[in-house]
Amino acid sequence: MKSKIAIIDYGMGNTFSIQSALKNVGLESVITFKEMEIINSKAIILPGVGAFPKAMEKIKKKKIDKIILQANRDNKMIIGICLGMQLLFEKSYENVTTKGLGLLKGKVVNFNNDNKIKKFNVGWNKINLNFKNKDQNLKKLDKKYMYFIHSYQVIVNEKNIETSTSKFDSVTFTSSVKKKNIIGYQFHPEKSSKNGLLIYKSIKKLFSS
Amino acid sequence: MNLRIIPKLDIKNENLVKGVNLEGLRSLGNPKKFAEIYYQEGADELIYHDVVASLYERNSAPELIKKTSSNIFLPMLVGGGINNLKEVERVLRSGADRIFINTAAIDNHKFIDEIIKFFGASTLVVSIEVIKKRELFYCRKDFGREQTSLELSDWCKKIQDKGVAEIMVTSIDQEGTGKGFDLNIVKILKKIIDIPYILNGGFSELKHFGEVLDIDKPSAFAISSVFHYNYLKKISDKKNYSDGNFVFLNQKSGYNNFKPLSIRKIKKFLNKKFSAQFKD
Repeated sequence: MKSKIAIIDYGMGNTFSIQSALKNVGLESVITFKEMEIINSKAIILPGVGAFPKAMEKIKKKKIDKIILQANRDNKMIIGICLGMQLLFEKSYENVTTKGLGLLKGKVVNFNNDNKIKKFNVGWNKINLNFKNKDQNLKKLDKKYMYFIHSYQVIVNEKNIETSTSKFDSVTFTSSVKKKNIIGYQFHPEKSSKNGLLIYKSIKKLFSS
Repeated sequence: MNLRIIPKLDIKNENLVKGVNLEGLRSLGNPKKFAEIYYQEGADELIYHDVVASLYERNSAPELIKKTSSNIFLPMLVGGGINNLKEVERVLRSGADRIFINTAAIDNHKFIDEIIKFFGASTLVVSIEVIKKRELFYCRKDFGREQTSLELSDWCKKIQDKGVAEIMVTSIDQEGTGKGFDLNIVKILKKIIDIPYILNGGFSELKHFGEVLDIDKPSAFAISSVFHYNYLKKISDKKNYSDGNFVFLNQKSGYNNFKPLSIRKIKKFLNKKFSAQFKD
């Protein structure tokens, strides 16, 4: 039986768009929060949308965190998108300090702590590839625009996982990461028009090779 | 400078509609066809607004959002009649990235806090529809049908204090007229708020952008009539509308005031004249 990609459904994510993008490139997926479906998947996608503490609470309550950690030990592909990428890190300061999955070293912080008005990055920003740390999926996408919607950014502890950076106001932040089987995109490839779809096409290639 | 150009599609019973001053809605056809064209032409985002949902107290059309978002890979901002968290979730699960609320936010300010708590602030846009009365702007509910005593600048301050990420402001007086954006609204927003805003209502000519950008920089312009009519003119040669208000569409009299203008042309202009940056 051909296994599917599991899109983790913690009840808040924009799961339908991710599934549509996967379908568009010919990849089968299942939107799920069931243990067995996640264990039997060929890859795991952690989607975005929602607040960090709520998402972690739901994941922990159903012990999905344990399954994800095991999947990582099994070298299964794990892709985090937007909030999903942030969940991969050790901790976040969104609303309250919350522990993340800890698959990657670093933390999630607000764009600006000093200013009273919260800053949101909503819109299209260029991604500037870091050619030392390659993500095959981003090949040909240097300086291309992707769609971002977030008010928190990750601060990575290991610089060699940062595959691209982007600029918002005067802040340069990490817009994508990769460490072996773990991939993270702060932007939404499934909402980033044709360039975003190229990423999903490339993901498909990873499975057929 | 980053700017977004957002086609706004007003929906009534699964049809794309367009009116003037939010009234006299004419059916123009299948919204999905229009959305597909805007996607191809390089729209930065799409707005779907179920314009009767709030009045009938029934929900937006998640099925239509699903149909659209299943092959249009663009950010989608969806609103109309959303008044509880379950409904927010349903719309987001249908493929919308963000939702906007107007009536429910005015009726129950706490609803704003709830959405921010459960879905994160970046998921929410508060929409404000104002009408001018003796040099002041008052907010209206139910797609312009119900007047309130809430004044634009007071409401903006309150929304900003709650930590809302972005607002959308529609001038009912200008909406659908093609007479340009209401510059007094822009002046008020510049003075009152620091959060980004989508400006809506009145656009028909390129010079209208300059009038606004000389005063302040919105994060996005929402545009309806020009794009819808431009597309209708394009397909009118074939003279076979499959849906919509045929009498109105065949007369073409309703939209002769609007010169055809595409998203591409607009972006080229804004890039050259104001060095605005766009994805394509």
